[in-house]
Amino acid sequence: MTKGYSGADADNISVDAIRRGEVTLEDVRIHPGTLEQQAQVAEDNGNPQLASNFRRAAELTDLPDEEIMKLYEALRPQRSTAEELRSIASELRSRDAHLNAELFNQAADVYQRRGLLKK
Amino acid sequence: MSDQNDSKGAEVIGRFRFMNQQRVNLDGFATPAPELGLIAFQSPHDPSPSITISEGMIVEMDGRHKDQFDAIDEFIALHGIDIDLAEKAMAIDSLEFARRLVNPSESRAKLVSVAAGMTPAKFADVLSRLTAAELVMAMTKMRARSTPSNQAHVTNRSDDPLLLAADAATAAAFGFREIETTVPVLGDAPSNAVAVSIGAAVGSPGVLVQCSVEEAAELAMGMRGLVSYAETVSLYGTEQIFIDGDDTPWSKAFLTSAYASRGIKMRVTSGGGAEALMGGAEKCSMFYLESRCVSLARAIGSQGVQNGGIDSAAVAGSVPGGVRSLMAENLMVMLRNLEACTGNDALMSESDVRRTSRTHPIFVAGSDFICSGFGSIQRYDNMFGPSQWNSEDIDDFLAMQRDWGVDGGLRTADEQEVARLRRRATEAVSAVYTWLGLGDFNTEWAEQAIDAAGSKDISESDMMVPLNASNTIMDTGVTMLDVIAALAENGFDLEADRCLDMLKARVTGDYLQTSAIFDEQMNVLSLVTDPNQYSGPGTGYKPGPERQAEIDTIRQQRSAADLRSEQHGFKSSNLRVAEMATVSHDPRDVVIGVSPATGRDIWRTLSGMLVTEAIEELMAGLEEEGCVGRIVRINNSIDLGMIGLNAARMSGSGISIGLQAKGTALIHRRDLAPLANLELYSVAPTITPELYRLMGINAGRHAKGMTPEPMRNPYSDDAIEARYHTRVVSLVAMERQCSSTDEPELLEITS
Repeated sequence: MTKGYSGADADNISVDAIRRGEVTLEDVRIHPGTLEQQAQVAEDNGNPQLASNFRRAAELTDLPDEEIMKLYEALRPQRSTAEELRSIASELRSRDAHLNAELFNQAADVYQRRGLLKK
Repeated sequence: MSDQNDSKGAEVIGRFRFMNQQRVNLDGFATPAPELGLIAFQSPHDPSPSITISEGMIVEMDGRHKDQFDAIDEFIALHGIDIDLAEKAMAIDSLEFARRLVNPSESRAKLVSVAAGMTPAKFADVLSRLTAAELVMAMTKMRARSTPSNQAHVTNRSDDPLLLAADAATAAAFGFREIETTVPVLGDAPSNAVAVSIGAAVGSPGVLVQCSVEEAAELAMGMRGLVSYAETVSLYGTEQIFIDGDDTPWSKAFLTSAYASRGIKMRVTSGGGAEALMGGAEKCSMFYLESRCVSLARAIGSQGVQNGGIDSAAVAGSVPGGVRSLMAENLMVMLRNLEACTGNDALMSESDVRRTSRTHPIFVAGSDFICSGFGSIQRYDNMFGPSQWNSEDIDDFLAMQRDWGVDGGLRTADEQEVARLRRRATEAVSAVYTWLGLGDFNTEWAEQAIDAAGSKDISESDMMVPLNASNTIMDTGVTMLDVIAALAENGFDLEADRCLDMLKARVTGDYLQTSAIFDEQMNVLSLVTDPNQYSGPGTGYKPGPERQAEIDTIRQQRSAADLRSEQHGFKSSNLRVAEMATVSHDPRDVVIGVSPATGRDIWRTLSGMLVTEAIEELMAGLEEEGCVGRIVRINNSIDLGMIGLNAARMSGSGISIGLQAKGTALIHRRDLAPLANLELYSVAPTITPELYRLMGINAGRHAKGMTPEPMRNPYSDDAIEARYHTRVVSLVAMERQCSSTDEPELLEITS
């Protein structure tokens, strides 16, 4: 069995169930536990960076699409102040998204040094 | 520079005027200029490889202290280098490591683990040392996935959904396992994504689909399931150009994770020459800057990279060694243990020779995707711009696969099957668009799309349909689940299942691993499930018997049996044996000696004339000179010289004409050596009725003791031998089968 994000068994989703409107995108979305398993496979195959990516992704599964789009926008050049980036980091940390929080904190430091913050 | 004058305006001699007109001279060639980044390898401004580690942190890399790190250095130093291995890996002599890359007994796994400790400058230093042939060997061993594959572009000028679907199904039929579409009109993107996804599902299970647009828009379509992978996530080798691209390494890392969080495969895009093209190369070589991109790709956790110049391939191609650097870029990706989608994408030369030369080493080495965009549609319909390879070249590519026994990811598609798929694809898209209220199509439009070789063949399309469809998709929140339901409601159960399988693949996540594609049974082939284990001759990827048959069996091939039955289609009974032939003493007698298969198995010459028509022209020519022709079949030789000599020995005048059934003809005389002759038409496919008439006339003049002006063989610069040699082999075999010790026979033509 492969559990979707909603917890439903993805193997058993049928076209008929989709026709009846019983399936949502949450049922065909990856589960964070699966991403952790894929992270271990990536590590075993010599790519710890890919594993880290999957672990950051596992944290993001709990965020709605719109929020992900907003966070991406916030990290683009000259979009955020250092304070805004750090505030997103603490928000992410409070939601157990520690790896992504770390990414935002790093960005705050580097953007400051390299002039990539909102003017 | 004009064809007629050089750069100083002086007149150019003919030989150079002629050379200047060749297509290669439309290409731009640049004098290397490191200050502009116009240098392939080793700019004097490239840093030397170095690393300093203190307290588990990289504090200096490639000649730069961490206080001077730009955003790219910083991200690579923080995430991209295996710190435990780095000092040891950096101490390895670059030449020695380069040698290990081509040594088959050094395993790929070991090399990628050592390379993980190397900096961008070290990578550039190592890989710049490989020659072209060594790059082929290294790529054979270092690509991640064992089974090679290929990616298609499917686009058109009008974003016509019916044509997109028909062409996507066609691309799948030809074997492409990834399809990339894009738009001339940005607003059309969702419609294109839906149409191509449906078309791909009609063509084959498991074809991955992407729609290349702006980063955020592409992600949004992925989240709705409308596409199954992403590739347009661009990286650049200098900070300035990276920022001009409206991203940072951190935003790109986040984007990479965003895709993975929705179970969507993605790779990044880079390519040598991009920074020079945008005026921001910081005096560095293309190869070093690309090494920074590839190192960053690994650092942000992307499973793969599309590189090898891509849009700037022609910039790299303009400088010495540039084409080699494009291939070395791909190898860089493989050595970083990532999926390599190896360019051969945007057309880098106007010359067919140069563009083939650019691709060929990668084609023979094999890569995860030989082309990161083979234009499966015509050049004019490619909205990325013409590709290195286009639908104009599909048969060339298939022939190249067959020539070299190489799996380039493509296969011959059956014409009737493609017609069926194109019809079904247009029907499926029509049904889904109507069902979901996206748009309607009339029958004429659909019929034109099914038959079309390109969008210029479609007069009925309505340019507003894709835009209206896209607006509806966005406004009403159409997802792939809605598309699947619509397919099923309209009887497209197979396609509904295939689209659902692509959604389920995101839940399993196995195709997020490096170099993943699906085969037609929906098995994931990746670094994990299908690792490249090449270790010398007799190892590594070998096509299975079925795949080998696909590579070998192109639709144009003909067997001897095919050609025999083609000849028998022209069979007639109007050339028949009258009696056994005798020697004549009539000085006006000229024997036309014909070959053993004439009128038995062969009735038509290579020029397309009937053999009897050729004989009649010869007879008429002889008659014009007051001579009398006799047709004698020489049964004991298939050699034209011997046929002619035997005929001459029976001829009252001592002059003969020898004619092979395939059309080759000569004039012989009884006192000459067998392989000598008086006149010869050697290129049978080019001989016209008028030329056979002339040969008859000249033979008559020889018979009368005159010295006629020799006939001229018609000249052509076509590859006549390439066209006809396979036929000649079969026709000669038929002649051999018909030859015997039988005495010569006198033939006559009846009407």
